[in-house]
Amino acid sequence: MVSLTINGRVVQANKGEMLLSVTRREGIDIPALCHHDAVEPFGACRLCMVEITKAEWDGWTNYVAACLYPVEDGLIVQTHSSKVNELRRTVLDLLLARCPNSPEIRQLAAEYGVTQTAYEEIPDADNCILCGLCTRVCERLGFKAISTVGRGHDKVVAPPLKEAPPDCVGCLSCAQVCPTNVIQYEDEGNKRTIWNKSFELIACKECGKQTITRDFAEALSSQRNIPEDYFELCDECHRRELSVKMGSIVSWSREAAS
Amino acid sequence: MRIETPQQLTRLRKDCLARFNRHPQKIHVCCGPGCLANGAQKVSDELKKVIKKKRLKGFSVDALKETGCHGFCEQGPLVVVEPAGTFYTRVKVKDVEEIIDKTIRRKEVLERLLFTDPQTGEKIENYRDIPFYARQQRIALRNIGQISQCDIDEYIAVDGYQALAKALKKMSPQDVIDEVTTSGLRGRGGAGFPAGRKWSTCARADDSPHYVICNGDEGDPGAFMDRAIMEGDPHSVIEGMIIAAYAVGAHEGYIYVREEYPLAVVNLQKAIEQAHEYGLLGDGILSSDFSFDVHVSRGGGAFVCGESSALMKSIAGEVGEPRAKYVRSVLKGLHDKPTVLNNVESYANVPVIIDKGGKWFSAIGTKKSTGAKAFSLVGKVRNTGLIEVPMGTTLREIIYDIGGGIQNDRPFKAVQTGGPSGGCLPESKLDLPVDFDTLTEAGSMMGSGGMIVLDDHTCVVDLAKYFLAFLVDESCGKCVPCREGLYQLYGLAVAISEGRGTEADLDKMEKLSDTIVISSLCGLGKSGPNPFLSTIRYFRDEYLAHIRDKKCPAGVCRELIRYEVDPQKCDGCMACITACAQNAITGKKKEVHTIDQDACDKCGACLAVCKRDAILVL
Ligand SMILES: Cc1cc2nc3c(=O)[nH]c(=O)nc-3n(C[C@H](O)[C@H](O)[C@H](O)COP(=O)(O)O)c2cc1C
Ligand code: SF4
Ligand code: SF4
Ligand code: FES
Repeated sequence: MVSLTINGRVVQANKGEMLLSVTRREGIDIPALCHHDAVEPFGACRLCMVEITKAEWDGWTNYVAACLYPVEDGLIVQTHSSKVNELRRTVLDLLLARCPNSPEIRQLAAEYGVTQTAYEEIPDADNCILCGLCTRVCERLGFKAISTVGRGHDKVVAPPLKEAPPDCVGCLSCAQVCPTNVIQYEDEGNKRTIWNKSFELIACKECGKQTITRDFAEALSSQRNIPEDYFELCDECHRRELSVKMGSIVSWSREAAS
Repeated sequence: MRIETPQQLTRLRKDCLARFNRHPQKIHVCCGPGCLANGAQKVSDELKKVIKKKRLKGFSVDALKETGCHGFCEQGPLVVVEPAGTFYTRVKVKDVEEIIDKTIRRKEVLERLLFTDPQTGEKIENYRDIPFYARQQRIALRNIGQISQCDIDEYIAVDGYQALAKALKKMSPQDVIDEVTTSGLRGRGGAGFPAGRKWSTCARADDSPHYVICNGDEGDPGAFMDRAIMEGDPHSVIEGMIIAAYAVGAHEGYIYVREEYPLAVVNLQKAIEQAHEYGLLGDGILSSDFSFDVHVSRGGGAFVCGESSALMKSIAGEVGEPRAKYVRSVLKGLHDKPTVLNNVESYANVPVIIDKGGKWFSAIGTKKSTGAKAFSLVGKVRNTGLIEVPMGTTLREIIYDIGGGIQNDRPFKAVQTGGPSGGCLPESKLDLPVDFDTLTEAGSMMGSGGMIVLDDHTCVVDLAKYFLAFLVDESCGKCVPCREGLYQLYGLAVAISEGRGTEADLDKMEKLSDTIVISSLCGLGKSGPNPFLSTIRYFRDEYLAHIRDKKCPAGVCRELIRYEVDPQKCDGCMACITACAQNAITGKKKEVHTIDQDACDKCGACLAVCKRDAILVL
């Protein structure tokens, strides 16, 4: 265990833990747009910057990204000092210039007092802030169907060659993780479309509700050794089936006991 | 043939030296990139042909060496006749026959090929007397120009691999680290981190294996120090790396070479092969129990790949994008293992330090920046080229004594050091000693040693714009402050250069720069605003002239200037009329011409062709 001071309060944390996870546990609100617990810290949005110092640093302070700064004993952290807020305000102002139409960015920027960007709005920009969550989640799941292409200001998230991605299984993880809801998809009947690719949705054989795509089911069953017919039922019907089974086990054991 | 013992190495050195000095005279043809571009290979081929044809006594093609870059690229192709040091400039194929007949056969000097000192107008025969060379002290560049580009025997003849033998046989790894620490050697690739301290941390790291990497990415536009070393003296880098590996307990190393340097890759690979043959790389080097091997890795083709974490990802086969890290790469580097990363020039200094001792090295230069530093001196200076000077040499000495002053005797305006994200220093800083700390204090940096000299025809707003455009292009795009911030900073600089800027924009730029510097993820972003910050620091008035008066004092920013014909000077020669692609100039022969401001697109073609200085830039 290590002990550190955050905004004047002494808190305990596990060795090797990142600062952001400690502040979250303490209920301190730090914006962190490129962070998700399912993937490794990335350090791209820079909104989680905090001010750190130590008693022995002689008044010297440093600014670090909380999402990937490992806690240390004796660390003194300020999460909302005026300088930190100013840095966040400028970064949000830059993001607002990039995505002036994103409700999520507008709201966060407004929380830091920026309602109108001071910078030149980027012509025809979409709402992608290039946080890399979609590509990292996709990679984490083992598909690597999409990636960032190009560099600098022209960087975009795209499938290879900007065509329908051959490795995409239509799981929607990217769309769900996106902080600015950029990734569009459509479910219609038993058809799902995402990244310009169509998928067949499996219908639950009990209740008829759509579950996951056939491609995702196949991928999961081969990746994790799950029998393919497992996905023929939706989660709810699985649970119902399980409780029926459990019920019969219970009544069987009662019978056996009596 | 394997060299088993230091004694064998010493014997081999003697043989090599005898062979090296067999000819009473030698011809060195510079085959560095600058001279090659000017036809050095043809000159060298012709020399070989003529030497064969003439069958001179005591002279054969073996006495001709194709060497690495001599540094004085401005004057190339260069041919040097040793031991006299007779220095021929701008040599052409048609000069070859005469060089052999007169200089080699009769020891006569060909006046017309000698260098003329622009200050005194005198011809100088021996290159050692030319101010460009006389003021230098070559340590990392010691062998370049003296030996053939890729010949291990010649390297051994000039004491090559003696330092390695000394380290392996007489020193413990800790002794080596201590010697490097005593030398005060600081990294030549940018940040100036003490090499001894880096090595010591790596050596003590528990995790294994350890790696050593050489950074040969050299991304600064216009810089070619590392290229010259890798091409011209690859063994000095390899020897430095083997010594480093021994010191930190590494058995594998990588040389990461910039994509655009194919010759460096070829020469390094050749040198590695030769070292293997001699048993200087591989298992049980010089019969010790130390083993080490090194691989050449081709660069990812982006400026940011020179940044340590991006470079290591690139070597590991991933996309060369910086990784956020608060654990240093000496502890968690390549494959997350302890790694020493040093620059090409840093490694090239190591054999000399081991050979002559850390104290010898630390006596050169200044107290906190020891040794010498290589620079590529370019821009509006007379003698452009590759130089190495003791740390602490002043900018004025470099630019005026070695560089010969400003071309066409124009006024000096500024010098850009440290590459695109370095800074611009004005005339008032010319007497600053060049060392890591002084340059940083003055708002610039040493960087890897690029030095671009600017004259009064340079506009600092335009300059900042140029470097910012480079950095916007090269930003990897991962983090917001660098990707979006530099883009906006560039946009604001463009606005000022087009007369659309306001004084409030300057405040905005300063505040934005502060955020980019503090919150960017890697060094590119952190130093990205420097082109703006250093020019606004020293040339605020010039920015204000663009903003308040809508004028570009240097006459560069197109939107703020106009071209007019000076009626006093124009003699109506019609040269500008022909040159103007917009047909904006009218006038009859022998009558004063006029420029139609609406049609003129300010390309400057008229200015370039007018022989009478009659085009005014207003
Ligand atoms: C954007 C960026 C580009 C860099 N490019 C180079 C380079 O081309 N060559 C180099 O030696 N160091 C470069 N560096 C510095 C390296 O990260 C590293 O500090 C250096 O290679 C360490 O070696 P040294 O201590 O011997 O200088 C770069 C740094 C940054 C931030
Ligand atoms: S699409 Fe969404 S998740 Fe993907 S990089 Fe852009 S903002 Fe992040
Ligand atoms: S500072 Fe620039 S180059 Fe470095 S990680 Fe951020 S975007 Fe990439
Ligand atoms: S959450 Fe830390 S940089 Fe984005």
